[in-house]
Amino acid sequence: MRGSSSNKTALRFWQVVLFIVLLAIWHVATSPTLLPPVYFDNPHKAAFFFGEPLKVLARTWEWFSSGTIYPHLWVTLLETVLAFVIGTVLGMGMGLWLALSPLASALLDPYIKALNAMPRVILAPIFAVWFGLDIASKVALGVTLVFFIVFFNVYQGVREVSYTVLANARILGASERQLLRHVYVPSAMSWVFASLHNSVGLAFVGAVVGEYLGSSRGVGYLILQAEGTFDINSVFAGIAVLTAFALLLDWAVSLAERRLLVWQPRGGETEKM
Amino acid sequence: MVPALALEDITVTFVSRDGGRYTAIKETTLQVAPGEFVSVVGPTGCGKSTLLNVAVGLLQPSAGRIRVFGESLAGLNRKAGYLFQTEALLPWRTALQNVTAGLEFRKTDASQALRQAESWLQRVGLGGFGARYPHQLSGGMRKRVALAQTLILDPEIILMDEPFSALDIQTRQLMENELLELWSANRKSVVFITHDLEEAISLSDRVVVLSAGPASRPIGEYQIDLPRPRDVAEIRLTPRFIELHGLIWRTMKSEVLKSYARQQQQ
Repeated sequence: MRGSSSNKTALRFWQVVLFIVLLAIWHVATSPTLLPPVYFDNPHKAAFFFGEPLKVLARTWEWFSSGTIYPHLWVTLLETVLAFVIGTVLGMGMGLWLALSPLASALLDPYIKALNAMPRVILAPIFAVWFGLDIASKVALGVTLVFFIVFFNVYQGVREVSYTVLANARILGASERQLLRHVYVPSAMSWVFASLHNSVGLAFVGAVVGEYLGSSRGVGYLILQAEGTFDINSVFAGIAVLTAFALLLDWAVSLAERRLLVWQPRGGETEKM
Repeated sequence: MVPALALEDITVTFVSRDGGRYTAIKETTLQVAPGEFVSVVGPTGCGKSTLLNVAVGLLQPSAGRIRVFGESLAGLNRKAGYLFQTEALLPWRTALQNVTAGLEFRKTDASQALRQAESWLQRVGLGGFGARYPHQLSGGMRKRVALAQTLILDPEIILMDEPFSALDIQTRQLMENELLELWSANRKSVVFITHDLEEAISLSDRVVVLSAGPASRPIGEYQIDLPRPRDVAEIRLTPRFIELHGLIWRTMKSEVLKSYARQQQQ
């Protein structure tokens, strides 16, 4: 999967060109003066519904240059990180416990299935009632989303430990605790890391949806406020900022993954010296 | 002399979920003296691995008992090291960390464990490869790491389940010679399972032939009086080797044919 570097540069170039073309189409189609109104009877209606890219950019710039966005971004990222960490820890604990205890697993199986099948976003209003409109309710929503991903991956990871590796560790003298630490947990961790992209993404979704449904701070709250005043450009600016930070988080996860999973063979990597 | 390992009247019957029964091994008795290298050969599916799993305590026999230096075995055999046929290294540990694993589990001082592991890696010819993960090593190198991982604990009994069967013939002969060298430097009891008669003769003091399954049992025992030290590639060409090979093969052949016929029926 390693293309030559000139190929890669060319690809990047065309990706940027496509981006500019899309922005240009957006600009032309929504500008009140460049095109005659084809669909709408009023030339300003297109801009009202779809926003204008230059104004979206200006609004984004204004947010960052004046610094008004930072407290909101900080809150959203804090919620994301807390939801991710708490959800992962709970998921790992439960996953390890249920995978290693057949009785508990058999007992709780229908409940786990039901909780996982439930559309958990619907819990957001309940969490708002329980934990108030501050960050706790958003973290709780994110945790319910992250928990199940991590839980199922840990459960799978423990179940998939190779019998031979396990037997070998036993014969080498590992106690049950050492098996947990040196065999089950590392195996489960590899599955957790494999799902990091999903779980970080969902922690972010939990934070933003929670803010959107009721809050006084956060990027989701900004978007909700803008919608309330039909400020479509601010809505798009908010979406752009969220997307950029989601990409940034994803990139950070990729970096972490590469450092933590050095022991796993990557596709295309040869085994030779 | 008290045998290092004694399997007495071992029978292993597996019961499947639908109530079916399969007797892998029937009334098998096998003794291994301290410092003796014994190979167990037999056609595929004759329960060789089952025998080894019983000897190490991973599997409870349905009947019979196991004695380790005279004492009845309960649970895992703490005097035994086990070399698996398939990959058994911890994939998330480097070669060096894999070799130290056993010492770590036994709570040996970390710096001492590290020194010992480094010297063992040198001894199996992997001095510069300690930092590599198993997936970055070739099959033969992984076997060497596994060998060091087992031998560093200095087990009194070494159980080997077709350890070299997945290797190409050249690597295999290299590994066999290295194994003999390590073994003769510090003689422990070895039970070596293989389906390759030549490998069995060239390595062992004694070769035990198992009958075809189900209900396998030993049907022949042969002392291998070839001189040591041996070179596994060269010794195959000596007249005595060929004579022994002919002798044992006559016993083994009918069992191999039986096992083959059974596979054809399925």
